[in-house]
Amino acid sequence: MTELYEQQRAMRAMRKAAMQRGVIAVLDIGTSKIGCLVLRFDGPERTAANDGVGSLAGQSGFRVIGAATTRSRGVRFGEIDAMQETERAIRTAIQAAQKMANIRVDHVIATFSGANPRSYGVAGDVEVAGTSVIEDDIARVMASCDVPDFGEGREVLHAQPVNFALDHRSGLSDPRGQVGKRLAVDMHLLTIDAATVRNVAYCIKRCDLELAGLASSSYTAALASLVEDEQELGAACIDMGGGATGVSIFMKKHMIYGDSVRLGGDHVTSDISKGLQIPMATAERIKTFYGGVFATGMDDREMIEIGGDTGDWEHDRRTVSRSELIGIMKPRVEEILEEVRARLDAAGFDHLPSQQIVLTGGASQIPGLDTLAPRILGQQVRIGRPLRVQGLPQAATGAAFASAVGLCLFAASPQDEWWDFDIPAESYPSRSLRWAVKWFKDNW
Amino acid sequence: MQSVSAERPGVTPRPVRRDPAPSRWAYRVHRMWLTPFYRAMLRIGLPVFLVVALAGWYVSNPTNRFAIAEKVSEIRRSVETRPEFTVKLMAVEGASPVVEKAIREIVGSEFPISSFDLDLDGLQRTIAAFDVIEDVALRVRPGGVLEVAVAEREPVMLWRHASGIELLDATGHRVASLMDRASRPDLPLIVGQGARDAVAEAEALFDAAGPVAHRLRGLVRVGSRRWDIVLDRDQRILLPEIAPVAALEQVLALDEAQDLLARDLTHIDMRNPARPTLRMTDPAVDELRRIRSLDNGVPR
Repeated sequence: MTELYEQQRAMRAMRKAAMQRGVIAVLDIGTSKIGCLVLRFDGPERTAANDGVGSLAGQSGFRVIGAATTRSRGVRFGEIDAMQETERAIRTAIQAAQKMANIRVDHVIATFSGANPRSYGVAGDVEVAGTSVIEDDIARVMASCDVPDFGEGREVLHAQPVNFALDHRSGLSDPRGQVGKRLAVDMHLLTIDAATVRNVAYCIKRCDLELAGLASSSYTAALASLVEDEQELGAACIDMGGGATGVSIFMKKHMIYGDSVRLGGDHVTSDISKGLQIPMATAERIKTFYGGVFATGMDDREMIEIGGDTGDWEHDRRTVSRSELIGIMKPRVEEILEEVRARLDAAGFDHLPSQQIVLTGGASQIPGLDTLAPRILGQQVRIGRPLRVQGLPQAATGAAFASAVGLCLFAASPQDEWWDFDIPAESYPSRSLRWAVKWFKDNW
Repeated sequence: MQSVSAERPGVTPRPVRRDPAPSRWAYRVHRMWLTPFYRAMLRIGLPVFLVVALAGWYVSNPTNRFAIAEKVSEIRRSVETRPEFTVKLMAVEGASPVVEKAIREIVGSEFPISSFDLDLDGLQRTIAAFDVIEDVALRVRPGGVLEVAVAEREPVMLWRHASGIELLDATGHRVASLMDRASRPDLPLIVGQGARDAVAEAEALFDAAGPVAHRLRGLVRVGSRRWDIVLDRDQRILLPEIAPVAALEQVLALDEAQDLLARDLTHIDMRNPARPTLRMTDPAVDELRRIRSLDNGVPR
C-alpha cells in the first residue's frame, strides 16, 4: 500500500512536470479501440483566477492538438490480455497522435475499464490538535481511516476524500481553518487488480513513455458526460464500452461508487456472429448499420444480406430480416442493463435524492436504447455525449470517446486524492525537520 | 469486357482499414525526429556541415584553388574586354600642340584599352604634375573616348635665375623654361632670388611703369624683399618694401615734371619715400661742383 502511495505521488509529480512542459498525452485503452489525444496546456488562465470555475468550465486552459484511434489488439474485458499486441496498438495510436500534433510526447495518462474495480467507503476521525484545523490535522485524519482488507494483489487506484465533518457539522468540503474539536472524514477508495496496472505500466514503459497518471474509465467517462448539476445532485454514469461496462455514481461532485460489469458491445457482436454464422467483422458492421433493440413491423420486411466468402452460392446469399438481428441483440443488451441495475441496487442508488442515469460509451449508440433503458433502470435516463473540449476533432466527439475526453478533464483539473495531501508528521522519520518543528511548537 | 460477377451493393464488407503498428525502431526514430533538437540538427546542421566540409575539402587542394583563381580572373577578363568597356582613343582639349604631345607621351597607353585598366586618378595626378598645366579633368566619354580637358597656365613673366630663364604665370608658378630671352620679347623680365614669390607685385609695377616702358629692362628682387627697377643706361630705381607702386609713381611724376630720368644719374633711391635720394655719375658730380664753385667764386 505504501508502495502504491509512493507510486501515486511519483505520478503526481510527473504530471506536474508534464504540465510545466505543456504537453501530455491521454491514452484510453479500450477493448475495441485505443484512443490517444495529445493535449497542450497554455498555462493557467489569468482571467478566471478568482472565480471557482474558469471560462468553458475550466477547460480553456488546454487544447487537443493531436488525436488518433486505432483498432485495439490484445485487450479483453478492458484488461490487457496479450502484452505485445497491446504494446503495438498503443505505439500505433501514440505515433499517429504525435504525428498529427507534430510534437513529441513524453508523459501519458492512461485509463482502462477493466481490472475488477471495487469501491469501499472508509471513514476516520481524529481530535483536532490545536484550536482550528490545519493541514496536518487533515493528513492525520486521513491516515486514521481504517483501511479494509481488500485482498491480495489489489491496489488502490482512487482514494478521494468525499466529505469532512467537524464536530456535528457535516458536508464540509474544506475544513481548514475552521474551529472544532473532532474532525471526521469519509473517503472513497477504488481498488483494482494490481496485475492489470502492472501490465499497463509495462506496456507504456515499453513505448518509451512515462506514466503520469492512471484513472478508472468509469470515473473519467462520468467526468465527461455528467453535467455539473448531475454531478452535484447525484447521478450514475454507465459507460457502455466494448468489453466492459463501467458504472459510477456521483454525488456532490465526488465519485462515491465505481464498478465495472464485464459485459459490453463486443458481446453483442459475438452473439450476432454466433447466431448468424458470420465473421466478427461482418457482425460488427451489421450491428452498427442495422442494429437496434426494438423491432417494428417494418423491420420484418427489411432484409439484410449477410453474405459470405465460401463460394457456396446458397451460403453466400443468406439474408436475415432486421427483426431477427434485433431479436439477437436485445437479450444481450437487456442482460447488460440488468447487470448494471443489480450493481446500482447493491450500491444503494435508490437512496440518492436524484436518480439520474446517463448512458454513454460506444454501445450506448444502439438505436432504441433510450426506450429500452428506462424499462430496466428507471425513468430518468438519458443518452450522454462527452463534453466539448477545445480542438477535439469532429470524429472524436462521439459517445465512444467519453472516457478519453474525461481523462483530458482529469488531467486538466484533477481531484484531490489522498496522496495529494500532506504526509502526517508522525509518519515522518524521527529526525525530520518537520518533526522537530512540531516538537518545538508543542513544548514552547 | 464485362465483369462476370454481379454487383451486390452493401453485402461485401469493406476491407478492414489497415493500420499496421510501427516497429519499435520506426517508433523511436519517429519520436527522435519529432524532438526539436534532432530536427534542427538534421534539417539545418547536417546540410550545413556537409556543404562546409565539401567546400573545405575542395579548397584545401592547391590545384583547385589555382583553378578557381584562374577561372575568376578569366571571367573578369572577359567582362573587362567587352566592347562596351573599351577606350579606343584619347581626346585632349584645351592644350597647345606641344603640351598635347607631351600628354600623349606621358599617358603612353596603347589604345584600345579596357576602361577597367585605366587608372584615371593616377593619370590625372601625372598630367597635373606638368608645370604648364593648371587644371586637368579626365573622363571616359560614351563611345569609348578618353577625354582629357586641360587648362594651361598663361605665362605673364620671365624669370631669369642662375640656371636659366623660366616662364611664370600670374601666381608665380613655373610654366616652362626658356633658352633665350629674345624668343619672348613681349614678356617682362624679373630677376633675383624670391622674385617668383612676388609676381603679382611685379606685374603691378610693370603696369605702373608704362611711361618708361621703352626704357625698362626689368625688375630685380633684392634680398627677397623689395624691387629695383632697372632702366637702360644703367639707371636704377630703388623701390621700398612697402607701397612700391606709389613710390614709382612719385618718381614718374618727377620725371614728368623735371625730366628726371633723362638726367645723368645712376640711382634714384626711393627706399625711404619721404626722402628720395639721387646718385649721379662721377662726371655729373664734377660738373656740379664746378658750376657751384663758379657761382660762389671759390677757386678750385
